[in-house]
Amino acid sequence: MSSAELTTPGLGGGLRDVLRSRYLLRLLVAKELKVRYRGSVLGLLWSYVKPGVQFVVFWFALGIFLGMNRNTENYPIYLFSGIVLINYFNEALGNAARSIVGNGGLIKKIYLPRELFPVASVWVSAVHFVPQLLVLLVACFIGGWSPGPVQIAAAVAGFAIVTMLAVGLGLFFGAANVYFRDSENFVDMLLMIATWASPVLYSWTMVRDGLFDAFGTGRGEVLHTIYQTNPLTIAVELFHFAFWMPTTTMPRTDPLLAVPPNLLDVWTPIGLGIALVVILAGQLTFRRLEGRFAQEL
Amino acid sequence: MVVAVDVQSISKQFVLRHTRSIKEAFVWIVKGRKGDLSQKFHALDQVSLQVEQGESVALLGLNGSGKSTLLKHISGVMLPDSGAVRTRGRVAGLIEVGAGFHPDLSGRDNVYLNGAILGMTEDQINERFESILDFSEIGQFIDTEVKFYSSGMYLRLAFSVAIHTDPEIFLIDEILAVGDEPFQKKCLEKIKELGDAGKTLVVVSHDLDLVARVCSRGVLLEHGKVVMDGDVADVVARLRS
Repeated sequence: MSSAELTTPGLGGGLRDVLRSRYLLRLLVAKELKVRYRGSVLGLLWSYVKPGVQFVVFWFALGIFLGMNRNTENYPIYLFSGIVLINYFNEALGNAARSIVGNGGLIKKIYLPRELFPVASVWVSAVHFVPQLLVLLVACFIGGWSPGPVQIAAAVAGFAIVTMLAVGLGLFFGAANVYFRDSENFVDMLLMIATWASPVLYSWTMVRDGLFDAFGTGRGEVLHTIYQTNPLTIAVELFHFAFWMPTTTMPRTDPLLAVPPNLLDVWTPIGLGIALVVILAGQLTFRRLEGRFAQEL
Repeated sequence: MVVAVDVQSISKQFVLRHTRSIKEAFVWIVKGRKGDLSQKFHALDQVSLQVEQGESVALLGLNGSGKSTLLKHISGVMLPDSGAVRTRGRVAGLIEVGAGFHPDLSGRDNVYLNGAILGMTEDQINERFESILDFSEIGQFIDTEVKFYSSGMYLRLAFSVAIHTDPEIFLIDEILAVGDEPFQKKCLEKIKELGDAGKTLVVVSHDLDLVARVCSRGVLLEHGKVVMDGDVADVVARLRS
């Protein structure tokens, strides 16, 4: 017979358990992908159509009506490289925040590492991110993009920051949502802000100049630093650095002003650090709250 | 003998919460916390239970006596407010079969998904797939989406997956009402087989005759307390009286 030790059931190892049940995670992701577009004619094509339409809308409204095309070189690429990343974040966090309540039926009945659900949601969003990335790459190549290792590393770092943020916040809001369903509405609001609180649609110099004009140099500088500390801002700028900047030319775009100074050596480590703190905080909160999931759902 | 399940005086209080939004909680605080925002009741009250390896125990009692809650504590779905639960080896529950099934996936996909949810590895599922299919008697419908299954087919497949997970400790909650009579018999035989193979069984059911056939020991719960623990026939007799 088994000589296993007596162990306490229901005390998981958190995200480490997710690593241990990779197979289940893979199946959950596959299920999500299969179920998502069931009964739809276009299927996975929606992953291209939605950002495509969104891009066209922004390009018209901001690029043409508000004149961004004139003061930003290759504005479509600038815009799209930010949009794909923010879309990824929005979808990942939005779904992760709903994942625990959404899988309540299962969580109430069978014990399994519950971190699986938010992580699976983020993974599904990452799969949907791939086609958008492909479209971006095609646009970049048309624009004469030839990346070096630094550009690739920057893109990976940007993606990593957003992924960690989405997992961390997803764990936090997913767990909170069990107790207060307000949580998912709060997340929706947060996501709406996220699109505008990072330099996706406009450039960072506009933020700096605008803040300096409105609040004076001293306070403007402080506010701008706060703006810059937002890990999403850092991730979006990393994507600009990786995809957009190599397609620009010297006289039209000043390389010193294209992305914020010290992006790679100061802001990237800060962004990664914040994302790491967020993921740890999310995991801690989740561990504290998950003990009562079964009875609260 | 070796103890497989060790439950040490666990208590569980349920909060019957009336509010689900921050707004209501806030209003309640502002109003000076008048009245009770929540009501509590004891689902389990100082319950202790030792189950030895290879034993088959029936948890008996009327509705709301805490049987299923106790089972959920053993499986780890719930954690006790006080006391401790410890188990030896892998625990799998036939708790509401089909909980992990997704109606839009085919039977085959569901076997893999549900098998993994119940803790099987990919190799184990591959290896047992034929056996799962045979036992369920689903046949050619395995590649049909389960939303088109009859309720009997659905339960048969789910039960078949669950029974093939092969854990050390089996928790069975009210699922013996599966399918038609021949299939029920088959399930019962399988469960008995597990018991004979030295698996530990903890069964919750209202079908007293059936429980008496599967289990040797009975534990009677009443309002979250253990009131009797002994031979299953005696406990059933007491419950009936």
